[in-house]
Amino acid sequence: MDPNQQALLLEIMELEFTAIDLNLFLDTHPDEKRALVLFDQINQELTMAVERYEQMYGPLTASGQVPGRDHWDWVEGPWPWEQTF
Amino acid sequence: MWIYERKLEYPVRVSGPNPKLAKVIITQYGGPDGELAASLRYLTQRYSMPTSQAKGLLTDIGTEELAHMEIVASIVYNLIKDAPIAQIKAAGLDGYYADHDRSVYFVNGDGVPLDCFLYPIQGRPYYRFA
Repeated sequence: MDPNQQALLLEIMELEFTAIDLNLFLDTHPDEKRALVLFDQINQELTMAVERYEQMYGPLTASGQVPGRDHWDWVEGPWPWEQTF
Repeated sequence: MWIYERKLEYPVRVSGPNPKLAKVIITQYGGPDGELAASLRYLTQRYSMPTSQAKGLLTDIGTEELAHMEIVASIVYNLIKDAPIAQIKAAGLDGYYADHDRSVYFVNGDGVPLDCFLYPIQGRPYYRFA
């Protein structure tokens, strides 16, 4: 995989991992202000990183395909289990 | 419902074939305390949890377990995909190979497939958790 693509994908993985952990924490601490703020902040960064990734390297979800394309990119490889880091 | 993302929750690095290691790690995929068993338990028990918070929590944890399942499957897949038959035999995976070739399958370390028979899913879960 292209090193820039890999770096951006790792950044997305880090952000989403953080978001998942904050999500689980907030499930049992729904009024914890610091976690609420951090969750919103991480999610915003994640959305931006995913948008950047999808424009350059293809969709992470089926609906993440760039609008106006004339080709269905979704099923093109490699799939996640075919990439090692 | 669920939406699939084309990425692992956590990156996987496998430097080469190692069916012996795969035979041990595979229990975390299809063994009694593996990710598949965990996700099925959480995602099934959630329907009858007594509070909204507990329903939400089990939904979110069960969903994450599905992502863990994919991480473990990716490790096992890469450990056996290019393994020579001699290595597969030496690792004691020859029976597994006869049934599943170099695919990933939900078994424990001894090749016993996932069995849901004893999952403690209850309509009144607090009895079990007490």
